[in-house]
Amino acid sequence: MTEPQTTVPAATRQIQRLPRNRGSRNSKLTAWLFIAPAFLAYATFVLVPLGMSFYYSFLRWDGIGKATFHGMTNYITVLTDADLLQIIGNAFQLVAYFTLIPVGLGLAIASAIRGQMAGTFGTVTRTIFFLPQVIPLVAAGIAWSWMFASTGVVNQGLKAIGLSSWTRGWLGDFVWALPAVGVIGAWVLLGLCIMLLVTGIAKIDPSLYEAARLDGARPWHEFRYVTLPGLRQEIGVCVTLTIIAALASFDIVYIATQGGPGITTTVPGLEIYRLAFAHRQVGLASALAIVLMVLVLVSIAPVQWLTRDKK
Amino acid sequence: MKSHSRHALRIALTLSVAATAGAAIAAPSCGTDPVALNAYFETGFPLPTELSTEFTRQFPNVTFEIREDQFANMMENSPRILSEDNAPDLLRLPSLTDLVANDLLLNLDTYYAELGWDQFPAGQLVQLRVEPGGRPRGTGSLYAMGLNYSMTGVFYNKALAEQIGMTEAPKTVAELDALLAKAKEAGILPIMQWNKGTGGFAFPLQNLMGAYGAPEPINDWIFQKDGATINTPENLEAAQHLESWIKEGYFPTDANAIEYFQMMSRFIGGEGLFMFNGDWESGNLDKNAAGQFGFFIMPTEEAGGRHATMSSPLTFGISAKAANADCAAFFLDWVARNEEARKINVAVGGSNPGGPADLAIPAVEPGSVTESSLAAGNMLAQDNGAMDFIANATGAIFSAGWTPELQKMVGGQQTPEGLLEAVQQEYESQLSR
Repeated sequence: MTEPQTTVPAATRQIQRLPRNRGSRNSKLTAWLFIAPAFLAYATFVLVPLGMSFYYSFLRWDGIGKATFHGMTNYITVLTDADLLQIIGNAFQLVAYFTLIPVGLGLAIASAIRGQMAGTFGTVTRTIFFLPQVIPLVAAGIAWSWMFASTGVVNQGLKAIGLSSWTRGWLGDFVWALPAVGVIGAWVLLGLCIMLLVTGIAKIDPSLYEAARLDGARPWHEFRYVTLPGLRQEIGVCVTLTIIAALASFDIVYIATQGGPGITTTVPGLEIYRLAFAHRQVGLASALAIVLMVLVLVSIAPVQWLTRDKK
Repeated sequence: MKSHSRHALRIALTLSVAATAGAAIAAPSCGTDPVALNAYFETGFPLPTELSTEFTRQFPNVTFEIREDQFANMMENSPRILSEDNAPDLLRLPSLTDLVANDLLLNLDTYYAELGWDQFPAGQLVQLRVEPGGRPRGTGSLYAMGLNYSMTGVFYNKALAEQIGMTEAPKTVAELDALLAKAKEAGILPIMQWNKGTGGFAFPLQNLMGAYGAPEPINDWIFQKDGATINTPENLEAAQHLESWIKEGYFPTDANAIEYFQMMSRFIGGEGLFMFNGDWESGNLDKNAAGQFGFFIMPTEEAGGRHATMSSPLTFGISAKAANADCAAFFLDWVARNEEARKINVAVGGSNPGGPADLAIPAVEPGSVTESSLAAGNMLAQDNGAMDFIANATGAIFSAGWTPELQKMVGGQQTPEGLLEAVQQEYESQLSR
């Protein structure tokens, strides 16, 4: 009596397990099939070029002729050459403009228009703020180059308010060219940050604001103790995106200043392009690209850690 | 049967030799079958396209498939363009040495012999000769031809010149200095010059180099001859003179923010008495601002001295992989010899069309800028003072040396000594790679 009782449930378990295993294998296969096209594209256009760049970074090669192994020389050059170090430094200066202004100003604007994003006002506001995001960076660079020209609207505005002595060719000025490029980047990124932050604010429970007001909180207190903590993750996304935009910038700088005057606005992205295509030092360009990638990762890692969900 | 075979073989050999001999003596041409020449031209310069249109009119079996690009892009991309499977038959060449070193350009020595380019003055082709391995330049095999032979000098605004009492072109640097000072005093911008992106101050600098010293050592440096240096006492004087012009406020204060096309627009619009530029703009100025501008060659340090300035061919080469190399070479020869082509060359290009020494330069409108620039070209030829452009010394010396250092000088961040030292250092670094 006991024997059949023990064997039957065992057999039943086995019968029940079989379809579940097959189903699991099938679902895994399905998942892989869904992932495969994207992974293939990612591998082709990201992983393979990354691996090739890493390989090239150990070569001395003009991109056409014979390549020779160059050891760590390219990396040593990147980390010791005064011009290349200044160029890397320029990118970190741009972080101040590309990140602090859009995130700081974005927070202020998003808080100010909180609760007024419904209806026509909200639609118009969203469109206006988001417009720079849909304009190609090259077009933005050209438009701002005109505005910053000696006869451009910036100088005309300064003249109109009696500040003629402040007028200058902004993008050709050793002191002001980098900040001017920074303003262009800040303008482009501001709309994106505002949109992300406004969306984030919409997700904050309105009862928190209500409770704060009942406790006598002023707008600043609402911002400090409700909005800011509630936007931790959105701020993290904004800071991450803007830091990457600053460190990996190319289009705006290439169009606005081409890295000049001197090398005051040259950034690693532009220098990588120049080293590879104009100077025909593919190995050195690849080494700088790898170093830039590491710098980007090192820069955004703390941001990711600080703004991660700590539930 | 045996005898018959031997006879047949003899006939075949005779025909073969005759065919070979016929091929050897026939000059390269485009033939009569349809040919589509794959061409790569520089954006903003209509001359090659207008010449190609006239060529197709005269040789209807030849059409041109033209792609265009900015000069800066061509400097960067020409090696890749030339290494493609469908490399252009004909392309505007920014520089030669790297391309020759990588076997990307067709050696034109055969065409030199077959098309009779030995009838061209040797000096016309000297900049287009390169030794095996890519250096030095100036000797060796021919790797390119010029569509025309341009020179840099000084354009001037006739109305503004009259305003300050300038009745004739200055004959010495001191006279030019006096005119600059007069213009400044009269509230006129003395020199309109661009310096954004690519260092436009290289033009006045090289003109001053030609005024203070002989062109040969500068050419040696450009041609990468052993031991050549740009850091010479004569060039230092030139750089110091340029710095004095900057300090006197003779250039726009925003020169580092002015691009080439902005400079042209502002100069044509009446801003600036002088502009250092090439005679390739003569045709443009005659067409769009007839009678308003003039041109003179950079004056010498002492009156009656030897004139020297940048003068180089509008260089075109043929890819080593060209599918229609013979036709491309025939086109280059036609440009220099054909009467209609030479007329277009002068009218549109504004420069000397080159070619055999016994061919006359087509007539131009009296009083035109082109007439002035061609006269200046004659003066330069008499003094044998042509120099290649200092930006052509290596593929990257313009972007990595001259441009940033000249921008620093305009911004007061670089001294004349520092400028020449930095450029020489960059040059040596590039040659050592």
